[in-house]
Amino acid sequence: MSEVLVQVDNLKKYFPITGGVFQRTVGHVKAVDDISFQINKGESFGLVGESGCGKSTIGRTILRLTEKTDGTVLFKGQDLHALKKEELRQLRPKLQIVFQDPFSSLNPRIRIGHAIGEALYDHGVKDPKEVRERVLETMKICGLAPYHYDRYPHEFSGGQRQRIGIARALIMNPDFIVADEPVSALDVSIQAQIINLLSDLQRDKQLTYLFISHDLSVVEHLCDRVGVMYLGSMVEMASKQEMFKNPLHPYTKALMSAIPIPDPTLKRERIVLQGDIPSPANPPSGCKFHTRCPIATDKCKVETPKYRDVGNEHFVACHYV
Amino acid sequence: MAKDLVEFRNLETHFQTPAGIVKAVNNVSFKIREGETLCVVGESGCGKSVTAMSLMGLIESPPGKIVGGEILFEDRDLLKMSKRELSLIRGKDIAMIFQEPMSSLNPVLTIGEQISEPLILHMLMDRKSAKKRAIELINLVGIPRAEKIFDSYPHELSGGMRQRIMIAIALSCDPKLLIADEPTTALDVTIQAQILDLMRDIKKQLKTSIMLITHDLGVVAEMADYVVVMYAGKVIEEAPVLELFKNPQHPYTKGLLKAKPIINQVQERLYSIPGQVPNPIELGNNCHFHDRCEFCMDICKVKAPPFKAHENQEHKSACWLYEEEREVL
Repeated sequence: MSEVLVQVDNLKKYFPITGGVFQRTVGHVKAVDDISFQINKGESFGLVGESGCGKSTIGRTILRLTEKTDGTVLFKGQDLHALKKEELRQLRPKLQIVFQDPFSSLNPRIRIGHAIGEALYDHGVKDPKEVRERVLETMKICGLAPYHYDRYPHEFSGGQRQRIGIARALIMNPDFIVADEPVSALDVSIQAQIINLLSDLQRDKQLTYLFISHDLSVVEHLCDRVGVMYLGSMVEMASKQEMFKNPLHPYTKALMSAIPIPDPTLKRERIVLQGDIPSPANPPSGCKFHTRCPIATDKCKVETPKYRDVGNEHFVACHYV
Repeated sequence: MAKDLVEFRNLETHFQTPAGIVKAVNNVSFKIREGETLCVVGESGCGKSVTAMSLMGLIESPPGKIVGGEILFEDRDLLKMSKRELSLIRGKDIAMIFQEPMSSLNPVLTIGEQISEPLILHMLMDRKSAKKRAIELINLVGIPRAEKIFDSYPHELSGGMRQRIMIAIALSCDPKLLIADEPTTALDVTIQAQILDLMRDIKKQLKTSIMLITHDLGVVAEMADYVVVMYAGKVIEEAPVLELFKNPQHPYTKGLLKAKPIINQVQERLYSIPGQVPNPIELGNNCHFHDRCEFCMDICKVKAPPFKAHENQEHKSACWLYEEEREVL
């Protein structure tokens, strides 16, 4: 049994909805609703779901970029949400994030060498020469050339900017990286380069990833374990092999069958879900998926299915599994 | 054999920028036949959208300009038409849907007004019959409660529904050609599956030709009859869909097919094409893919390969690997 690096227990994050003249809270968007999972050291955990299902909010709440509503997040046994500001700041170098949009996450007026190195100054490295050396080393690992050091973000293509984003996360030698849709904005040929870079880094530096994506095929390629989310809840979680060979939840099955496969000879039985994703401000009763589920019954409308282990560390929340 | 509906002949669309001329569409020729779905596939900046915009007469000038070539629609050159003639065709015989359905709908008009507009303009209907037809169209694209939707505003609808409305507007005048520019890129996969299904039904029922622009080879495999692959402003390969996926010729097409992770087919390591798309400004007259190509030869750096068929007459590509001439040089 490998060591647990991040332990998430019953995490909840509700955003208030305000209304009326006095901006009173009239309801909540339950972006993350009672989610528990753990990430072992050195593995990558994939979090999949459609837009608005709360996957990015989980990433941000784990890193305490937003405050939780309830639940605990343990990193190496320490409760991140109980730490004082200064203690958290000391720990920050070990917890990093890579964002989806490399265009808007870089300051256009800062040369990228400085953008990558600024965290070093902040965390106690005083010698400019050492900073420069470490930046150049990290840039090299991420596939950037030394002459890029003095350039500005606008001089780079999307793929290179994502490499810069990864370099910024990597410079502090983190243990844990949250990668929030890091390849979604990139073209196929560039996407493959970045995926390979991420998996090389993981192997060489024993990194642990929380990989957030809407693309199951990318997650299958990169992750060891996968969780599928729908409207703020985890509906299924299993190892990659188990999940892709034997998906149990009807939502997971539909997601998998919805992905177009680049093979025109293939004729697939596709499960096309009806309707749209309901608003997370007003989720359906019982099983949240019942409005779109092909096998839903009356029971699903009233009773929330229990999220349980069905063997092989395969968790699922559905009455009919 | 179906008739040709549209033919691009040596189309050249250039953009004047402070840094130099960008040949966004560089000598592009291909045909769209009646009742056929043609997919244009390529990465961002390869000129696929500009090709469609040139067809619609939507190139903003300046900075853009169509400097050469012809676009034949039912044997008439769209580029020689007056604005008036063009506006009779546009929106009626040729309709277009875009990637971002929110920004292509007018937020201050109701859905009903926006669907009725082309009906009143092109089909000369009165308001009452336009409304009747609009409600039929909303039903056709699979939205329930059509009467209620008729009076809603775009912000009240979800992304998938907005895209359906865009399709309804596009279909309102029974177009012969539907251009869809990345229609599902902004949508979730389950919604994408719905929209692709809808487009397939439309093609079957109404026999509309579709020009589908996409970067996703999975979508191509599901939708296309015929595929055109573009790179840096040029068509580098075209073939019927089965032939292209079975027998890709150009190294770029091969690379694209290998680089995409496919569900339930785990590879140890993804194939990746090294480098990046070249800067489009002042590209030379050579193979634009040469600096990323693992088969690059001396001739690739100095001379552009001809675009022609090699073994299969329907399968064309532009690569020196398949030319005899390279031996001579």
